[in-house]
Amino acid sequence: MYFSKKTAKLMSLLAGTMLMGGVLAGCGGDNAASSDEIKIGANFEMTGNVANYGQATLDGLNLAVDEINAAGGINGKKLVIVSADNKSEAAEAVNAATKLISDDGVKVLVGPAVTANVIAESQVATDNKVPVIAPDATSPDVTVENGQVKPFIFRSCFIDPQQGTVMAKFASENLKAKTAVIYVDNSSDYSKSLGKVFKEEFEKAGGKVLMEEAFLAKDQDFKATLTSIKTANADVVFVPAYYEEVGKIVKQARELGITSPILGTDGWDDSKVADIAGVDALNNTYFSTHYSDKDESVKGFLEAFEKKYGHAPNVFAALGYDAGKLLADAIKRAGSDDSEKIRQAIEETKDLQVGTGIITMDPKTHNPIKQAVILQNKDGGRVMVAKIMPE
Amino acid sequence: MKYLRKNDAVLLGFAIVLFALLQGLISGKVLSSFWQLNVLIIGINIIMAVSLNLINGYTGQFSLGHAGFMAVGAYVGVVLTTNFHAPFVVALLAGGLAAAFLGFLIGIPTLRLNGDYLAIATLGLGEIIRIVIMNIEYVGGAAGFKGIPHHTNFAWVFWLTVIALFFIKNFVNSTHGRACLAIRENEIAAESMGINTTKYKVLAFSIGAGFAGIAGGLFAHCFYLISPNSFTFMASFNYLIMVVMGGMGSITGSIAGAFVVTFLSAALASWPEFRMIIYALALIFLMFYRPQGLFGYMEITSMRPLNRIFGRPKEKQEGGRTDG
Amino acid sequence: MEMGQQVLQQLVNGISLGSIYALIALGYTMIYGIIKLINFAHGDIYMVGAYIGFFAITQAGLSIVPALLVSLVTTALLGMLVEKLAYKPLRHAPRLSVLITAIGVSFFLEYASMYFVSPTPRTFPAVMDSVAINIGGLVINGQQMLILGITFVLMVILTYIVKFTNTGKAMRAASFDTETAQLMGINSDRIISITFGIGSALAAVAGVLVGIYYNSIDPLMGIMPGLKAFVAAVLGGIGILPGAVVGGIILGVVEAFVSGFISSTFRDAAAFAILIIVLLVRPTGIFGKNTKEKV
Repeated sequence: MYFSKKTAKLMSLLAGTMLMGGVLAGCGGDNAASSDEIKIGANFEMTGNVANYGQATLDGLNLAVDEINAAGGINGKKLVIVSADNKSEAAEAVNAATKLISDDGVKVLVGPAVTANVIAESQVATDNKVPVIAPDATSPDVTVENGQVKPFIFRSCFIDPQQGTVMAKFASENLKAKTAVIYVDNSSDYSKSLGKVFKEEFEKAGGKVLMEEAFLAKDQDFKATLTSIKTANADVVFVPAYYEEVGKIVKQARELGITSPILGTDGWDDSKVADIAGVDALNNTYFSTHYSDKDESVKGFLEAFEKKYGHAPNVFAALGYDAGKLLADAIKRAGSDDSEKIRQAIEETKDLQVGTGIITMDPKTHNPIKQAVILQNKDGGRVMVAKIMPE
Repeated sequence: MKYLRKNDAVLLGFAIVLFALLQGLISGKVLSSFWQLNVLIIGINIIMAVSLNLINGYTGQFSLGHAGFMAVGAYVGVVLTTNFHAPFVVALLAGGLAAAFLGFLIGIPTLRLNGDYLAIATLGLGEIIRIVIMNIEYVGGAAGFKGIPHHTNFAWVFWLTVIALFFIKNFVNSTHGRACLAIRENEIAAESMGINTTKYKVLAFSIGAGFAGIAGGLFAHCFYLISPNSFTFMASFNYLIMVVMGGMGSITGSIAGAFVVTFLSAALASWPEFRMIIYALALIFLMFYRPQGLFGYMEITSMRPLNRIFGRPKEKQEGGRTDG
Repeated sequence: MEMGQQVLQQLVNGISLGSIYALIALGYTMIYGIIKLINFAHGDIYMVGAYIGFFAITQAGLSIVPALLVSLVTTALLGMLVEKLAYKPLRHAPRLSVLITAIGVSFFLEYASMYFVSPTPRTFPAVMDSVAINIGGLVINGQQMLILGITFVLMVILTYIVKFTNTGKAMRAASFDTETAQLMGINSDRIISITFGIGSALAAVAGVLVGIYYNSIDPLMGIMPGLKAFVAAVLGGIGILPGAVVGGIILGVVEAFVSGFISSTFRDAAAFAILIIVLLVRPTGIFGKNTKEKV
């Protein structure tokens, strides 16, 4: 059998594509960026099952960069975001980071959103000496490994132990809870590590964890597990998870007659929770997050975001914005786009006002020292019940 | 026999030249590290596609759980290298053997099913493997296994790909391979000719699973972290797409399929919004114009300019089977 | 809650979850029955149905019943269009090529939707009061009963159509042997198109009901339910309408019991394990007839 004409055509097309690839690959080595711009690599989840978190963070980052460029850029240079999709997968996060560093010649990376993907990326960034700012990854081992800080990896949000401790204290001291049920998202490092911290701290304060249950991201129906949670009849239910599932969990829990307070963390911070769960069901729930929308200092950010995107930002967008501001400040102080200088400048960040508060970078852990607030959902609004400054 | 040897020698020579060329491009830093990484991924995907082709294309068993076996190889491998500091080659072999053994265990009961029933059963098995891994805290659970040493380099991937290709090519051309082809063409006829169909189906399934395990080991040691997320049924679909795109029952086809799919994904990395849409459309149009895949049942060695070198007689082509 | 009551509550949870699988599985099984295609895009048609319902309510300001009708008709047309553009040209191609095309269509629907409506989930407006009925501690949701009821009514209507109408007879003839049916004067292409229309309309109903019941929809919402519905259809015996419903409900109940009494992280594994065990005992599903292949 010989090649038919059609096959030959297809093959030549294929050959053409390969050739193009070769050219593209060849171009890859050429990193000469034009001198009046600084390239920022944005490695985010744009497709796949956590695309909504990656895109929201990128939206926030874009807003920050727009504002900086509108104000004349940094030292006369414009910031340019080069984005790459990691398909919500760890291996692809490495691939995307490699592309941004080697083909696009970015000097600094922002992202990914999810902890596991940042951890996967951290090796390639360290090998290439490119600093990384993780906007949303709250697990401690993102920046610290075996007790040693990873020199090139930073984050611009607080960490799980801080948040878990805050909520455990709040449950036992403010709500006088003696018993708790923990219900975590088993597919998320974030959720699992918060569950662990909460358990330790809650038991330290004399409380008892009656039951630990788990679900998986993208689940729709939680009633089966909630039915057994109901039998435990605990004083509080702790659900450290993201807004999409949280809304459904709260709705279905209330429907089944679970009336105890439900506690959560910054993953709850999205107006969708109220839309999905309903205002009544959401009463008697509390969560910790980075800022209260009543704060005077965040008003500017909230308005700018609303203006650009037509809807209120969620926590991911806010943290993406923070990362952009943190980065811009560091590049400005570094005075050049040299990776090592930027790295050092990020490390030296002090009392910087960003969208959600004031950040000081801890050089020993690369975790920012940052406030946390506890909000109560009440009749469709949010009331700040506590503001916790870091020790 | 003589004919086969000459053929193999020519191919081996070709492989050595290709290796030298690519290694030169990598060492000379002509390929950026992004494309270097993607060369590795292409190699791994070729092993995945060819081993799946042995099951789906040559033996006619519709398997949709190939990523599960890859996961087994990957996790066995990383536990050995990271926690027990075993040499890379031991980890790869152990991963491959574990996957092959699992394929054998699973294959005996499930390969009695056929067609779409087998497809959904294997899809389910792949998912069960993934969910079980996700629930083992020892390997990091859903969050993934961290701190994997970076052992996979171009030489490992290239030569293991060559070994996989030679093994499967020679298997297909052996008595056993002929038995598998007979099962694909008509299982009942094959059985009545005295072929032990269960034996050959399980054999092909285990070999395919074993190579998937080795590919998994290579894949895992490319990255610092692996997570069960990389081995969903969507990944299995992806390998199936490579096989069908290249042509069921053509090793050249599987190579081309793995290449095109990986290449498209990498080349479109800068347009994330459209990447999957373009990929989907490319898939649909390819199936329109070449439903039998790029190569159908053909091998490159039997095509016009090359068949002089390989001297392969034209009648060696397999007959065109049309149903899935 | 005592044990017995907990078991009952899990049964209720399982049946209501299963009735959603069943509703999607009905369309799956019809389409499979007629062209032997695992239509992987079916779950995404369900997603599109949910979005059309969502926009009909929020943008056009329709109330629930007209919105459901709009979604049903549009989605049926979409299903027929997909069949005409993507599957019909491949009627004589290898079956695997058509399957790959179906996967391609599935990716296309998912990511084109993601591009147009963004990956952020949308909250379905509350168009129906959710009434929880409490019978001695056993909680049953009104919407759950509605979904279950609609599933059964649709199953009965479909069975009637397939068994007793001319179109249904033509469907059965075409599914038995497309070519011969064609020779007997049946317009097979039209029948296949109608089947896709009905199947997609069912998916749209499921999509809108799920949107109302769970309150949230997103572009990837169809992947898992689509797969589960396929599992349900195979479990019941693929191509058999009551089988799809029974398979869906069994699947839902198994998932509820595993989540409630073991852990929901093993839920999907248990669902697939049940499928495999059933297939090993009855290779063509619970209601499937064992046909011997002729030599």
